[in-house]
Amino acid sequence: MSTATTTTGATTTESEELAPVKGESLAALLIAKDRPPRPSAWSASVTFGWRTILKIKHVPEQLFDVTMFPIMMVVMYTYLFGGAIEGSPREYIQYLLPGILVMSVTMITMYTGVAVNTDIEKGVFDRFRTLPIWRPAPMVGYLLGDVMRYTVASAVMLTVGIIIGYRPDSALGVLAGVALLLVFAFAFSWVWTMFGLLLRSEKSVMGVSMMVLFPLTFLSDIFVKPETMPGWLQAFVNNSPVTHVSRAVRELMQGGWPTADIAWALGWAGLLVLIFGPITMRLYNRK
Amino acid sequence: MSKQTTGLAIETAGLVKTFGATRAVDGVDLSVPAGTVYGVLGPNGAGKTTAVKMLATLLRPDAGEAHIFGHDVVREADAVRGMVSLTGQYASVDEDLTGIENLILLGRLTGHSKQAARIRSEQLLEAFGLSEAAGRQVKNYSGGMRRRIDIAASILNTPDLLFLDEPTTGLDPRSRNQVWDIVRAVVAQGTTVLLTTQYLDEADQLAARIAVIDKGRVIAEGTKGELKASVGAGSVHLRLRDAHQRAEAEKLLSAVMGAQVQLEPDPVALTARVGTGDNGQGAAEQAARALSELARAGITVDNFSLGQPSLDEVFLALTDRTTDTANTTDTTDQGAAA
Repeated sequence: MSTATTTTGATTTESEELAPVKGESLAALLIAKDRPPRPSAWSASVTFGWRTILKIKHVPEQLFDVTMFPIMMVVMYTYLFGGAIEGSPREYIQYLLPGILVMSVTMITMYTGVAVNTDIEKGVFDRFRTLPIWRPAPMVGYLLGDVMRYTVASAVMLTVGIIIGYRPDSALGVLAGVALLLVFAFAFSWVWTMFGLLLRSEKSVMGVSMMVLFPLTFLSDIFVKPETMPGWLQAFVNNSPVTHVSRAVRELMQGGWPTADIAWALGWAGLLVLIFGPITMRLYNRK
Repeated sequence: MSKQTTGLAIETAGLVKTFGATRAVDGVDLSVPAGTVYGVLGPNGAGKTTAVKMLATLLRPDAGEAHIFGHDVVREADAVRGMVSLTGQYASVDEDLTGIENLILLGRLTGHSKQAARIRSEQLLEAFGLSEAAGRQVKNYSGGMRRRIDIAASILNTPDLLFLDEPTTGLDPRSRNQVWDIVRAVVAQGTTVLLTTQYLDEADQLAARIAVIDKGRVIAEGTKGELKASVGAGSVHLRLRDAHQRAEAEKLLSAVMGAQVQLEPDPVALTARVGTGDNGQGAAEQAARALSELARAGITVDNFSLGQPSLDEVFLALTDRTTDTANTTDTTDQGAAA
């Protein structure tokens, strides 16, 4: 007697015969009422990181921005400014490469915000938020997956740099420099998780990212030495987190140990997490 | 506002959620007995999803309170999350991942070891008839398959309470029947299911009790029988040959049957609700009399049917009544008594 007339059977993409649902095996599965203990904070975060890597596996195009973009940055700026600033590209790249590495990786952190924003639009986010797990785990998972991407970008840029003439003084220093950069990028990404949750669309996330990233990365010592700048600009540049990180990375790669700049870089990283971590989590819980 | 927990899976009191000026949920009281399917019925935008999101700890209520098996959804959100699962209106799985990756991911997140998560995922895919599609990305699944993987993801750990938010919207009738079978299997194992739907037959098929929601308020609550009884014995549907005669027919019918006559959007159709019989007449007799009166008045009837009240009619009757607010009270009283 039911009125089976109102079903909007619009989406019939059933191109294949679906196997029937097996009632008995389903019942047997449902009987298991015992629940395993909750995963630890670390295990849940790593599981979310694994998800990011699976997504890269299925959509490898998303590695484009950690491969082609950094290559373009190194090659373009080396040959564009090299002659004018240091007399030759080969001379200039010795100064430029650590900085451009910091710049590129800092710039690609914004894709974290885009990824968060795209996910919220989809239902899967609601499911994650109803799971009884450590609350920041999905966010930390994004960032762990992204650290992978930053590593790839760093490796690609160093390789290209070395091919076109960059000669670091210390292999260990290179590793230490990349590690410091990864820590900073991880911390900086929390800015984007916040914007990813705060803003309405992917486009606005991109827009805001550019507004922040362009001045922040260009107004630093990455391209030219601050001494050549007017005083007021030097004041900004010398205190910018990007300058601290790039100076630290540059000196590490030259075999030095710039204690003050390393401390500044780590301090900035800590500060960023302390500020933007809680804001992100607040937005995440309220969304 | 006492916190009585015995036998209730969900208990809410005066639940409110506003978005700007809109009161999406406007004082909802629900008592859902454990171990049953409870239907929440309402049109688009009635506030069903918002209510479910509050109960599933996704939204914070602006006022009122809600308990899931005695646990407060705000203060004890974590305990609640341990007991509930939510299947949203859209597929709540990652479309870029394959079916099995999705299940293993959620299996790991619900605390299973790698091995156990894989075994459980394979068993679920098998039971849901998705083994062959296990290695394909969910974005390439059909609507029916998405629903299945979605529900499978919700029962990786058998939940005490499962929220199904419009689980069959957009499905063809066959896939819809299969989802219904799954719901029946789930509830048979003791899980409480809160089902929201805009399809009355769905609530009719599955739910033991139903709450009708409109504009953020519960306008009626009760068993299916109680709700149907509240609108009378049935109704007569007529299609006339000539649209011009409809006004006349309407007048005649309300005079003969003493019932509320409703003009359908179709210009030749009208529906008369048959009252429980003021003079003891059955629905069929009343209808017969009405037909002969119409014939005598020279109104040609092309098509005629007499039906038991469907939940559709219950629903329309109830939502109609809230628009002319004078009558709201009797339906809400009904809910309170039930």
